[in-house]
Amino acid sequence: MSAPALETCGLHKSFGALTVANAVDFRLERGARHALIGPNGAGKTTFVELVTGALQPNAGQIHFDGADITDLPQAARVKRGLVRTFQITALFRRLSVLENVTLAVCERNGIGGGLFRPAGHHRAAIEEAHALLEQLELEDDALRPVNMLAYGRQRLIDIAVSLALSPKVLLLDEPAAGVPSSESGTIIEVIERLPSDIAVLIIEHDMDLVFRLAQRITVLVQGSILVEGPPDAIAADPEVRRVYLGERRLG
Amino acid sequence: MGPGFRRDGKGQFARRSLTVCQYACALSINDTLSAAVSIGFHGLAFAMVLYLISVGLSVTMGLMGFVNLAHGVFAMAGGYVLTSLMSRWAVPFVPALLAAAVAVSLASIPIERVLYRRLYGGEELDQVLLTMGLVFMSVAGATYVWGPLQQPLQPPQWLSGAIDLGVRSFPAYRSFLILCGAALVTALWLGIERTRFGARVRASVDNLRMAQSVGIDTSRLFMTTFALGSGLAGLGGGLGADLLAINPSYALQNLAYFLIVVAVGGLGSIRGPFVAALLLGIADSGFKYLLPEFGAFFIYTLTMAILLWRPHGLFGRA
Amino acid sequence: MTPGRAVEAFARRHRYHPLEALPWLASIAAYFVFPEYLALGAQILATILFALSADLVLGYAGIVTLGHAAFFGTGAYIAGILAAHGGGEPITGLLAGATAAALLGFLSGLVVLRTTGLALLMQTLVVATLVAEGANKASFITGGDDGLQGMEVWPIFGWFRFDLFGRTSYAYCLAVLFLCWLAARQIVGSPFGRSLTGIRENVRRMHAIGAPVARRRLTIYTISAALAGISGALIAQTTQFVSLSFLSLERSGTVLIMLIIGGVGRLYGAFIGVPLYMIAQNRFSEFDPVYWYFWIGLLMVLVVVFARGGVLGIFDRFRR
Repeated sequence: MSAPALETCGLHKSFGALTVANAVDFRLERGARHALIGPNGAGKTTFVELVTGALQPNAGQIHFDGADITDLPQAARVKRGLVRTFQITALFRRLSVLENVTLAVCERNGIGGGLFRPAGHHRAAIEEAHALLEQLELEDDALRPVNMLAYGRQRLIDIAVSLALSPKVLLLDEPAAGVPSSESGTIIEVIERLPSDIAVLIIEHDMDLVFRLAQRITVLVQGSILVEGPPDAIAADPEVRRVYLGERRLG
Repeated sequence: MGPGFRRDGKGQFARRSLTVCQYACALSINDTLSAAVSIGFHGLAFAMVLYLISVGLSVTMGLMGFVNLAHGVFAMAGGYVLTSLMSRWAVPFVPALLAAAVAVSLASIPIERVLYRRLYGGEELDQVLLTMGLVFMSVAGATYVWGPLQQPLQPPQWLSGAIDLGVRSFPAYRSFLILCGAALVTALWLGIERTRFGARVRASVDNLRMAQSVGIDTSRLFMTTFALGSGLAGLGGGLGADLLAINPSYALQNLAYFLIVVAVGGLGSIRGPFVAALLLGIADSGFKYLLPEFGAFFIYTLTMAILLWRPHGLFGRA
Repeated sequence: MTPGRAVEAFARRHRYHPLEALPWLASIAAYFVFPEYLALGAQILATILFALSADLVLGYAGIVTLGHAAFFGTGAYIAGILAAHGGGEPITGLLAGATAAALLGFLSGLVVLRTTGLALLMQTLVVATLVAEGANKASFITGGDDGLQGMEVWPIFGWFRFDLFGRTSYAYCLAVLFLCWLAARQIVGSPFGRSLTGIRENVRRMHAIGAPVARRRLTIYTISAALAGISGALIAQTTQFVSLSFLSLERSGTVLIMLIIGGVGRLYGAFIGVPLYMIAQNRFSEFDPVYWYFWIGLLMVLVVVFARGGVLGIFDRFRR
């Protein structure tokens, strides 16, 4: 069996008495469509931060494509293909859509630090960025600054920027969060159309989205994995109902 | 350059570069102890003044995330009001001091409402420039009203001279300063821990969004905290007029020290700036006593080292 | 917009525009039109370079610093000390000043740039104060309070003597400014420069796209320090004097003011803000320095509240 795209062994993080990740063993298979769900404060975003290197674990290892990346800094992990989006849109707000994506393309192919040739000379990078926008039907807004676009479009741009990095593993942190239902359809379609060689982990609260997109679901509660399995099993699991879906009835 | 460091003549190196050890060994133990007590005493007095002035800055910076380089203006204003009330209208010391604190506190409210509030959550550069502009205006304003010279503080009869404790005597005014400071600090700490207002401040510093969603009127809280902090600064400026000279360039001259206390102590912390002020006060006094030429060097290098080790200050939060 | 058009427009946005020749034409014209003011003009040109260097760090990389005068003063003192001890060749002095300032920028950047926000602001202030203290203590070299005396700057290329009317100074400063501007213009339009705006806009995202953020910030900080050092050296050489005020908080603060008046982060803000400020100061502070302080303070407050983008920002609003 080939190595999983992403794997954590005993990943542990605590802030004093508060444990946010409790010896988590997690596998993300190649080409997977995997969802990570759990109540608020379960530690889902923390998990993403630990995996991407924004946060240092107290213990445990992280393996990416078979290699140990536990000690690698965030930028190095990105270079290997471990990419994330952000729960609250984190884009270069006053820059144009095309510029946002082009920046990512340039970093990927190593010309981001070039001092001597004008940015405009790197046509291939710009065209690649534009092609990506076309794929996501964002090309009409290419030259507009990001902060002038609707929130739903911004979430799409967030995904575009991540895709520009040629990810092997894509961690989508609540891609549809805060997006009105009229716009979330596009986001879902985009996620569905993602290339099958990318392993996708989605963190979401929207259960419709989760059951529509995921082939496998992991439930995280207070830093520990409660249960893991295919969507039907999760939906039927009484523990999950109690801990998580039960909350929805109240909300 | 911090306050109290006067350069001799041409600003040359001091001839005698004795180390603390050589100095201490050359004298008797008694003298060393006496020196230590002096340094401790004066350092503590200076620390009290620095703390009273800077604690308001720490809380408002931690609470509103606002870089207020003009905080020294409130301290200066307190000093000017106090000295003017005492010298021109012969108001006795304690009422004048209270009046200064209240006046500064009230005057700070429109500044916060009209100017500062626009820039909350805004860019740091804007805040730096706005408050720098206010500092410049304060320098001009103070020169216009009071002239360029220092306003000396005439402590009242009952506070001049020295208090003789038998073993040694201490200057009365500075002793009063320390006691007064200690009382205020205690009241402040109790207030922040025990009152509802204090609880709201602590909650908001910790997590503003949560505090808002719990129903805390953060806008009112900002205003009240700002007024309190400015009032305390005015009080500190008045009390400490003897240590930090009241003159038009006050806010500029002492800016570095106030910022050091806050940055080293930790934004939003109440206790942190006290520790920082103590460190700063004792270091300042110690060097002034032993090695006047190098005090500033030492303090700034120490600040840099502490900020490298703990970028958010000794008691700050990440 | 068709894909080709959007890509074209995007690729071209940093191309040199004819309007960019304006400041240089104006500067050359001023040489002939204002022969009595060439000494002031030289100061203005050198200060534009200083503001330009600050803009790279402040406007493009988003690093708010209260200690940029440390690099300015270092360049000035190094060039000055060389000239006072027999090394009066101006270009050498310029390069020496640039190198010293760049070294200081690199070393202090390693320490200072680890932090952000208030801690960063504090660190820049601390570095500048330490340098100023050092210069004061080392008065046997720097002249301390009295300033650096006895500078003798040789003619440029052995031919162009620094004359009383400031003609050589003006041309010298203009030429150096032009070359440095060319470099800055190139940097800003390069992928590196674009990544700096990314760092300014959202540093978290820059990390998340794999950019070596710390390295980029350190690089621009060092380059900016070098340019600031050059501007300091220029002032030293053209006035034949250096004083401790070159390292002061006031100097650091003033360059921020000049930038914001013109407009931060647009490279040309320096060209507008510096002349406006310095000419106004030349006029008004003669009357009463107190009033000058008041009005400049008021102007800063008004600019921040009403005209955040400076003069260039106002132009933008009219264009739309």
